[in-house]
Amino acid sequence: MLKTRIIPCLDVKDGRTVKGVNFVDLKDAGDPVALARVYDAAGADELCFLDITASHEGRGTLLETVSRTAEACFMPLTVGGGVRSVEDMVALLRAGADKVAINSAAVADPALISACAAKAGRQCVVVAIDARAVDGHWEIFTHGGRKPTGINAVEFAREAARRGAGEILLTSMDRDGTKSGYDIPLLKAVSSAVTIPVIASGGAGSVADFAPAVLEGGASAVLAASIFHFGEATLAEARAALAEAGAPVRSL
Amino acid sequence: MTRVALIDYGSGNLHSCARALAAAAGDAAAIHVTARPEDILAAGRIVLPGVGHFADCAGALRAIPGMVDALEEAVLRKGRPFLGICVGMQLMADIGLEDGETPGLGWVHGIVEALVPAPGLPVPHVGWNELMIPAPHPVLAGLGDKPHAYFTHSYAFRPEDQGEVSAWTDYGAPLAAAIARDNLFGTQFHPEKSQRLGLTLLANFLEWTP
Repeated sequence: MLKTRIIPCLDVKDGRTVKGVNFVDLKDAGDPVALARVYDAAGADELCFLDITASHEGRGTLLETVSRTAEACFMPLTVGGGVRSVEDMVALLRAGADKVAINSAAVADPALISACAAKAGRQCVVVAIDARAVDGHWEIFTHGGRKPTGINAVEFAREAARRGAGEILLTSMDRDGTKSGYDIPLLKAVSSAVTIPVIASGGAGSVADFAPAVLEGGASAVLAASIFHFGEATLAEARAALAEAGAPVRSL
Repeated sequence: MTRVALIDYGSGNLHSCARALAAAAGDAAAIHVTARPEDILAAGRIVLPGVGHFADCAGALRAIPGMVDALEEAVLRKGRPFLGICVGMQLMADIGLEDGETPGLGWVHGIVEALVPAPGLPVPHVGWNELMIPAPHPVLAGLGDKPHAYFTHSYAFRPEDQGEVSAWTDYGAPLAAAIARDNLFGTQFHPEKSQRLGLTLLANFLEWTP
């Protein structure tokens, strides 16, 4: 049986992890490679890097970070943030990313999804959707959540899947950072609209929040950041909570 | 020292495979990333990576002059241990059905066909799934209880002879997770991304005497 993936997500800026991480006695908690090793050893099912570097010059640093991470651990690595073209995707894949998450650029030009899937295969293409409830539906916001688009998130998820997305990374902007749990109705609406895997993101506040995302929301994977980084929960506790609630997890 | 040829035909997981093989080999084997048929003939073991699209991969392999002949000489006639990973395993089939019919190498009879989405079972099949090993095989030794490996694929290999399936996984129905016959071995999952299980499997392959 396929198991629920638990995916820690690191925000990376100019090659350093930001938002602070204080869950272990690392000499350098800002080094994403060291953190990747820790999560690898703790049995993360996958790792996600979100590059929040504002400058284009920072991309070289990111590629180097991806490459050092890929050398340090043997688990799937998804990298996103600022991917605007097939060339950006290819550069990340060459550096050692297994999948690339595309967000704003895919919303602005959905043909980018098809082009990326044609180049690297759909299993490499994760379409990241940031959505917020607006007037009775979920609207996509881009550019780090600052820009409303008027686009319906469920409709766009369907189009992304049709165009060759391999997975949807679905972030609830209403819940992100609130620690009040994932947005189950949003997850349910998207996961029932597509036949590709949906990764739940935004709102995890305790390990008890993971199982509903899977069992009620239909998510294939749960992504979380601060809950792991700040030591509020370990991966082992997350696995145990999922298993307890009846969501299958990997035994290590 | 054993020389392991890792075939460079543009596959996206080439570097991950090289890193994982090197980590699994330690000082026991030299990993040689190559696109030259003469290197295949000179190698003690051969690994064919693969990710993405069956037809693209088959086309890229055949586009290297002399590569398929060299592979058949080394693998089928000289019996050198061969490992195919993901699409590298699928290429051993007779035919792949991804966007039309594409001939494979025809080393293991069977076809590669699409997974069909079922309620609650999205496609691609992405993530860690359990391996069920019907009979011990040296390449699958020491993987522990309830071994899990990382899969990501939309197409699956359906061999004619189910006796050639060395590991199954369940995704709505049993799927071939690994294929073995004589000196041939293939994994649908990605050992290079399967943490400790993957490195154990690769180390086993590097020591395997079929």
